[in-house]
Amino acid sequence: MTMNIAALALLDGLAYASLLFLVAVGLTLIFGVLGILNVAHGSLYAIGAYATATLGQWLVAQGFNPWLTFPGMIVAAVAVGVLLGGLIERLLLQRIYSKDPVLQLLVTFAVFMILENLQRMIWGVQPYFMSTPLTVLGNVRLLGINYTAYQVLFLPAAALVVLFTLRYFLRHTNMGAQILAVTEDREAATAIGINASRVYFMTFVIGACFAALGGALATPTTSLVTGMGANMIVLSFAVAATAGLGQIEGAAISALIIGIARSFAVYLSPEIEVIMPYLIMVLVLLVRPNGLFGKETVRKI
Amino acid sequence: MKKGLVAFALLLALALLPFAASNMVVFATMVMAKGLAVLGILVLLRADQVSFGHAMFFAAGAYTAAFLTAAWRDIDLILLLVATLAVTGIAGLLIGVFVTRYRGIFFGMINLAFSMVLYSILEKAFHITGGSDGLRIRRPTLLGFEFSRSEFDLVMFYVVLAVAAACCVLVGRYLLSPLGQALRAVKTNETRVEYLGLSAKSVLLTGYVISAMLCGLGGVLMGLVQGLASPEHAFWSRSAELVFIAVLGGQGHIAGAFAGTLVFEWVRTSAAALLDDSWQLILGVTLIAIILWAPGGLIQLWHRLAGRRTSSDRTGSESGVAE
Amino acid sequence: MSGHDQGQPLLQAEGLKLRFGGIIAADGINLSLFPGEHLAIIGPNGAGKTTFLNICTGYLKPNAGRVSVGGQEITGRPPRRITRMGVARAFQIPQLFTEQTVLENMLLAGSIRERRWNLLRRLDGIPGRAEMEHLLDLVGCADVRNRLASELPEGKRKLVDIALALALKPKVLLMDEPTSGVASADKFGVMETLMNALREAHVSSVFVEHDMEMVKLYATRVAVWAQGIIQMTGEPEVVLNDPDVIRNVIGN
Repeated sequence: MTMNIAALALLDGLAYASLLFLVAVGLTLIFGVLGILNVAHGSLYAIGAYATATLGQWLVAQGFNPWLTFPGMIVAAVAVGVLLGGLIERLLLQRIYSKDPVLQLLVTFAVFMILENLQRMIWGVQPYFMSTPLTVLGNVRLLGINYTAYQVLFLPAAALVVLFTLRYFLRHTNMGAQILAVTEDREAATAIGINASRVYFMTFVIGACFAALGGALATPTTSLVTGMGANMIVLSFAVAATAGLGQIEGAAISALIIGIARSFAVYLSPEIEVIMPYLIMVLVLLVRPNGLFGKETVRKI
Repeated sequence: MKKGLVAFALLLALALLPFAASNMVVFATMVMAKGLAVLGILVLLRADQVSFGHAMFFAAGAYTAAFLTAAWRDIDLILLLVATLAVTGIAGLLIGVFVTRYRGIFFGMINLAFSMVLYSILEKAFHITGGSDGLRIRRPTLLGFEFSRSEFDLVMFYVVLAVAAACCVLVGRYLLSPLGQALRAVKTNETRVEYLGLSAKSVLLTGYVISAMLCGLGGVLMGLVQGLASPEHAFWSRSAELVFIAVLGGQGHIAGAFAGTLVFEWVRTSAAALLDDSWQLILGVTLIAIILWAPGGLIQLWHRLAGRRTSSDRTGSESGVAE
Repeated sequence: MSGHDQGQPLLQAEGLKLRFGGIIAADGINLSLFPGEHLAIIGPNGAGKTTFLNICTGYLKPNAGRVSVGGQEITGRPPRRITRMGVARAFQIPQLFTEQTVLENMLLAGSIRERRWNLLRRLDGIPGRAEMEHLLDLVGCADVRNRLASELPEGKRKLVDIALALALKPKVLLMDEPTSGVASADKFGVMETLMNALREAHVSSVFVEHDMEMVKLYATRVAVWAQGIIQMTGEPEVVLNDPDVIRNVIGN
């Protein structure tokens, strides 16, 4: 393995990890607050991607400035996150907060099946492409390699912005403080007058927006195919579980580990590329059953 | 006793099916084969655990048949079944040792991860697995006899019927045995299980291995009927289907597994042309409807309609046709 | 196990320390249980008495110190292994299998004790059935044996919880406020039956208790737990009449 390939794998991994983080952080945030693992998260990612591609292609076809595809990604992601996320929470999840966790899991799984189907009905099975943001940003030279600026600069920057905005939001705003309070102790939080149902709604919509944003930002570098949602839900679960479900900063670190390990696998032994994330998850969970940063909870008896 | 009689009558009626409606034979065979896999899901549901990856054992069963019939021309069906039980039993043990450390969300998702790994291996390693086209499964012999295509369908019907009946009785016994009852104890109070001196993990592992073998049997039989093992068998949507049917049929009822499969496959085959594009959509909506409004599934619906909410619904100490 | 030496404690804790965040639950606990004893642990609420039971049974790991059963160290072993060594536990909040009947609860305990795992033999046909029914009779729960555990009133649940522990035929039984939740008119009757059963079966016991009347009647020795240490141990009449104990523990 030459230095060149190592650098290439590192940059690939960094770009990939940024996307993984965006999706996983939404999953882990929702789990931390609502206690629900949203299996439909992968579909929100896929639909965010498709919506971005459609909007981007339209913008370009209409002859707008190609730079407009950047705000286009955000518009598409927020629209998908707010609309779909909001609907899912209001129509369904609200009814099942008091139910058995396994039933909650089944309901989000059912939503996942529905969204996968809808996505296929709307966008068909032909692959979609929209690489305008990639081309307008051009290439940069990094570690002696030519690489697209979109992947090595824009994606990691976007991930960092999300990470720090989320941190700031949770620690320094009123809504964030309420979210953290509900996470710590729901009953105590409701007792001091926090509207838990509003907190749940906000959290779910924010989480859904992150999933859609992950999809939106993935659009320029990936060909959109059916099944991308299914892959992403397991991948982002692997990232979140490796970190410990509910760990936001931890998800950034495990996304980096998994992203970089995977891209090294691509260059070194492509056969195990697909297995790599799960391999890491299994190894971590074998040693630390609650993930790298998760804490063990002891039931009071 | 009454239940035993009903079960016997049902078995007899099924055995006569080929004479009454010969065009239904293959369909009935497939329903029963798939029902076996659903039975596997049901065992884990007893402990309130849902696996989103059990199609991997289904696929393992089908591929076992594909590899063995390719390697030995005149291999016997009985041997295939035994080999499948061994392969899926060992695979269930190895994967189970890891996944039974977890419950709920982790249990479901890690199973899903394992099945996606298997799926991508089956799809990518086409020198060995035939890639996305899958592998053909040759017709095996049974007790040394060779059969033509049409004879073989009939043979398979009776084989699957016998296997399914045997599994119903055995699984019914298992669920009523101490270890089977312990599954439910793990569901309601794992701490106490440990404080009685029993490892909850090994209770679950036993159930996991049994459920893996049931899915394997379902897979090998389905593969033999269809003559094909394909990576599609391991895909997540297959696992989801199995879970869906188990919930549809009614958690914890052996009869529910087969009733659920029958309804499911019947709707799918009769409405395939109409619904093909929206199949998953319909499944998803139905699943939500069942969870929100009919959590007991078909079996409870049946009991309610028949106006006989028996005490077994409440204590659950009996489990379907096995008695 | 080498439990024949009368001088050897059945259960022994040495130098146990455990803290949760800022709270010190145990700060060097030394306590032993000898054969034939019924040791009551008293002390203010939240002093760490339940924590002691949790450490002895392996549910929590101490930061320091060791626990041994019959001279064999068991610190850090999981509850099921400690249970198999003859240390059973009853809980303050009853821990039952709520979706099964009372009898099924007991039969499970019985088959776990006998380690009979024939996958084809029905639970309700196990050989120990008569014994389990007898135990239910003993704790006065024979009338509810076919009810679901979740349907029982609190008092009965508590008794079934104790019966589950007794079903294991333990050498030592650890109980956490055995009669809390039992209707006050029945308390002494229940405790009387329970202690008779323990004496008859030669089971030694440790019980956490807030009712001093109960302690006076049934404990052979009392340990006072406060501020994470054992303040005093001794005969009930001596300990319960100690001025410090009266002021700090009984007084409120």
